[in-house]
Amino acid sequence: MFPRPIENAAPVWRTTYQALVPMALVLWLLPLIAVAVFSVKPDADFTSGNYWGWPSSFQGAENYGKVFFASDMPRYLLNSVLITVPTVIGAVALSCMTGFALGIYRFRGNLLLFFMFVAGNFVPFQILMVPVRDLTLDLGLYNTKLGLVLFHVAFQTGFCTLFMRNFIRALPFELIEAARVEGVAEWRIFWFVVLPLMKPAIAALSVLVFTFIWNDYFWAVVLTQGAESQPVTAGITSFNAQYRAAYHLMSAGSIVAALPPVAMFFLMQRHFIAGLTLGAVK
Amino acid sequence: MADTSMPPRAPGWVRRNRQTLAPLLFLLPGVLFFLFYVIFPVIQSFNLSFYRWDGLGEPRYIGVENYVELLDDRAFETSLWNNLKWLLLYLLAIPAGLAIALFLNQTIAGIRLYKSLFFFPFVISQVVVGLVFTWFYDPTFGLLNQILSALGLGTLNVLGDPTLVTYGIIAAGLWPQTAYCMILYLTGLNAVDPEQVEAARLDGAKGVSMLWFVILPQLRPATFIAFVVTIIGALRSFDLISIMTNGGPFGSSRVLSFYMFEKALSEYGFRMGYGAAIAVVLFLIMLVFIAYFLWSMYRDEREGR
Repeated sequence: MFPRPIENAAPVWRTTYQALVPMALVLWLLPLIAVAVFSVKPDADFTSGNYWGWPSSFQGAENYGKVFFASDMPRYLLNSVLITVPTVIGAVALSCMTGFALGIYRFRGNLLLFFMFVAGNFVPFQILMVPVRDLTLDLGLYNTKLGLVLFHVAFQTGFCTLFMRNFIRALPFELIEAARVEGVAEWRIFWFVVLPLMKPAIAALSVLVFTFIWNDYFWAVVLTQGAESQPVTAGITSFNAQYRAAYHLMSAGSIVAALPPVAMFFLMQRHFIAGLTLGAVK
Repeated sequence: MADTSMPPRAPGWVRRNRQTLAPLLFLLPGVLFFLFYVIFPVIQSFNLSFYRWDGLGEPRYIGVENYVELLDDRAFETSLWNNLKWLLLYLLAIPAGLAIALFLNQTIAGIRLYKSLFFFPFVISQVVVGLVFTWFYDPTFGLLNQILSALGLGTLNVLGDPTLVTYGIIAAGLWPQTAYCMILYLTGLNAVDPEQVEAARLDGAKGVSMLWFVILPQLRPATFIAFVVTIIGALRSFDLISIMTNGGPFGSSRVLSFYMFEKALSEYGFRMGYGAAIAVVLFLIMLVFIAYFLWSMYRDEREGR
């Protein structure tokens, strides 16, 4: 193990280390802790200049209540869910199939197609912006959740295909050959042999894509406009315009907007990290 | 097969060609979607960059005029320089992430929770990170100035100062990016071969020399991915700039991705063709890296299987 395990060091060092880690953590998360404290402060604290002191009274319930009952925030949150969940399902379903085809079959152009997905996944968004906006307008899907979902599904298929194909490549190929010898149809091999083995990959991709799409801001601004279809990342800016300088409410709003991916991360931590670090170990 | 003269009976033909048909059918939906929304738009943008178009009327072909205009565009020049700053400084996330990973690669009570909490900034959206750092830098009440004045160093208006603003935004971006690199290295460190480490220890390697000659070579795959995601993140930077400064003050924090958006969809009239030309420049910069990534992947493919 590197660095040398701390439990072999002198007790003084061990204690120092144990004290150092939480201190470093507080320092690391300081900007976030500040916002969390902001979000439970009363308005009066900001007008009286008590920005960083202890809250003069605990107003968490009022602040968060306002976010949920006196603003468009619930609408934005619902929009985010209605955009994110179909995208996750669509992108994962499509990439299970493309990943299977590229990982299992040998045919001319296999690697070329694979590299098309990989390269497309790295492309800067801006080169897609004008044509995709145009296409969405032509389809009559501008400012709809469906328009956003369709684009996200297509774009995420790039990353997901990269992920799925590499995952399937690492599966034992003998299983598939055995099934073929038995005369099992190709689609049944996909459904009954490969798909069950892909469960960890599907879980990992689902949490990752959920986080990516929930946190998307650029496409939300390019393809949607109003409270009826904007997700929460874009909505938070209108929310902030509405409550300009009301820091306690903006903080509460930001925390609400950030919470779903955070919850997802803590619930599915193992899959999340497995997904992010795929390929970090040979 | 000699029976080509006979019209193929459907089931038999399908059965015989299923090794060819199956991948085709499995690929079709994904490839079509991807072509429509990703590959064709790239080509369309290239084409559009030779036109003048306000997004409503008929596009007018003007040759390379958009690109000629770019050469004299001071705002474009600023954006290009800022992109370079982003590219170089964003790479600091890699050593910073490694440092935190080395710091946390221990087994004490609760270390798993500590690791997850250190990773936290990556999970929250850049929009929220932007807001958080805007307040952190705020000249009247921001925590940064509270600390600076407590140390007797005076105050700074980071986001209001054209020379500082880009560095301020990059620092905000480094926060989640460092967390990402950290998690990559933590996973990598987990897989470091303990026998090699012990052997190197017996040979007297320790500290920096151990890190450089024994550990880092084993972390190569993690470093490669950290490099890829950091470069892409640097060139994609848009959210933070849009939230924190909206390109200001006086356009001094623009980068190409933001400037393109501004030109194409500004409130002073849409300049789609000009925007497309800026996007093409950004794309070409990215293409250098994409080519490098694909080449490394291709090399790995040849080695495996």
